[in-house]
Order: sequence, then C-alpha cells, then structure tokens
Amino acid sequence: MVERESPLGAAFRPGRHGNLSAGPGLRISEVTPSGIAEAAAWPGMKAALAEVISSVTALSLSAEPNTGDVGPESSAFSIGPQRFLVTGGADLPARLAAALPLEIGTVTDLSHGRTAIRIEGARAGWVLSKLFAIDFHAEAFPLTEGRATVHHDIFAQIQRISPNGFDIYVFRSFARAFWLELCEAAEEVGYEVAG
Amino acid sequence: MLIPCPHCGPRDLAEFSYQGDATRVRPDPASTDMKAWYDYVYNRPNPSGPHREYWQHSGGCRAHLVVVRDTLSHEIISVAFAHAGLNTAEGRQ
Ligand SMILES: [Zn+2]
Repeated sequence: MVERESPLGAAFRPGRHGNLSAGPGLRISEVTPSGIAEAAAWPGMKAALAEVISSVTALSLSAEPNTGDVGPESSAFSIGPQRFLVTGGADLPARLAAALPLEIGTVTDLSHGRTAIRIEGARAGWVLSKLFAIDFHAEAFPLTEGRATVHHDIFAQIQRISPNGFDIYVFRSFARAFWLELCEAAEEVGYEVAG
Repeated sequence: MLIPCPHCGPRDLAEFSYQGDATRVRPDPASTDMKAWYDYVYNRPNPSGPHREYWQHSGGCRAHLVVVRDTLSHEIISVAFAHAGLNTAEGRQ
C-alpha cells in the first residue's frame, strides 16, 4: 500500500515560533486519523444512524444538532442535518459501511480527502476567532461538540476535544494554505509546532 | 445580519447564500400561458417588510432553508429547513 504523505510539506516547521515573550500560547499539530468518513442518514433516521456509529466506534452519540463524542480510538460529531463526521482507524469507513443498513443511511470514505489540525492552549479560542465567525467560548461551544463552518470559503469542521483544544478538519488540498494562515494568526501569542 | 440556522444556531450572513424568492409558484410545466411564465421568471413584488426567501447555509451544514426576513430592518422572523421532513426529524424549532 502507498504510504500517505502529509499535505503540509515544507510548511510544517517543528519548534517554537512567533512572539514567545509569554511562552508559546498554543501548540499546533497535524493529527489526521487513518480513517475519516462522512455518514449520512435518510430523513428521520439520524437517531438510528447515531446508534450504528456508536456501536461501531464505542462512542456515545445522539441525534441532537452539533453534538459529538471523543473516545480513545474514534471521534464523531454532527456536521449537518442527518450527517456525522466520524474518525478512527484505517478500517473505520469499511466497518461503518458494513454495519449501516441501506435503509438508515450511507457512508462516504473521506480518509484521502481531509486533513486534521489540532490547536491546543490557553489562546486557542482567541486565535481561531480571527479565522472563523463562530463563538469559541465553552458555554457556546461545549466539549465534544462540533461545528461546520468556513474560513474564506474553505470548509472547516471543528470539534472541541478538550477545554482548550480543537481539531479542525479541512480539505486536504487546502490544508497547507490553511496551516500557513493558522501559523500567521498564532504569531501574536507564540506557538509550538509539535513534530 | 445573523441567521439562526435550525441545525447550527446563529451564524454570520457570510456563511449563507441567497437562493431566491420563496413566494413564487411555478406554472404547470405544460402551460403555454406566456403571461404566467413571464411573471414567474421576471416579476418580483419587492415588498417592504416580511419576505419569504430561500437561503442555503452553504458555509456550514449546507442545508437549504426557508427564511422570513424583514426587508426594511433585516430582522429574521422565522427560519425552517426547506425540506419539510427535516423540521420534525431534526432541529430546534
Ligand atoms: Zn446550518
């Protein structure tokens, strides 16, 4: 099998950068999981879909808009009416497709098409607020929830994975441009790229 | 202007695309009534006040919505999924 290469290329520069007068305010890393899938339900079937994804991934999902869950091997969150983004091991899309009856919904393997970038630290919400027109406060965007949004027409699906940490899923073809933009936005607070 | 998407919650106008007047009713495709087709394609009432419109949350959940918006104040009076089945299956209404 061909080994997957990171789309970040030379833009990925491990180490500390930017204004470090108060130490790095952020840690940025690439955390693209081996398996990424979009699971979609037919109208009225979202709860049934949530149940199937939960059983395959050992997560606890519901049909509520924007909600999600984060586990040791997998994560998932609602990205639209009837739709979830689900991550896991390389076999996740196939296992999900095998477990999901066609009457409930369908699975699209996006493992080749998305890049996940993790941003963690006290200033994560501050920096992301420069890029996205959504509220990153914990009351408005609670732990494990997800948001589907855009950064200048580049789709981004974001999940809060810790009190100060977010995983951002972007199109693989835009990942390097987004990474550079994120690094520039983080200069002000200083950041560490975890290699 | 913020539009409260029934899936995503309140979002900035920049995330949405206008999809047209939702008050229009297409004539019977078999109709040869030129006036009816002309009105359907070109004539818009341009009301001052509440207006029923299609919007897509194109920079978010991608759902198509029916929005009633006041053209004078930009107040959003109501929002629902354009796909009627979704309003009962999902959403915050
Ligand atoms: Zn939405």
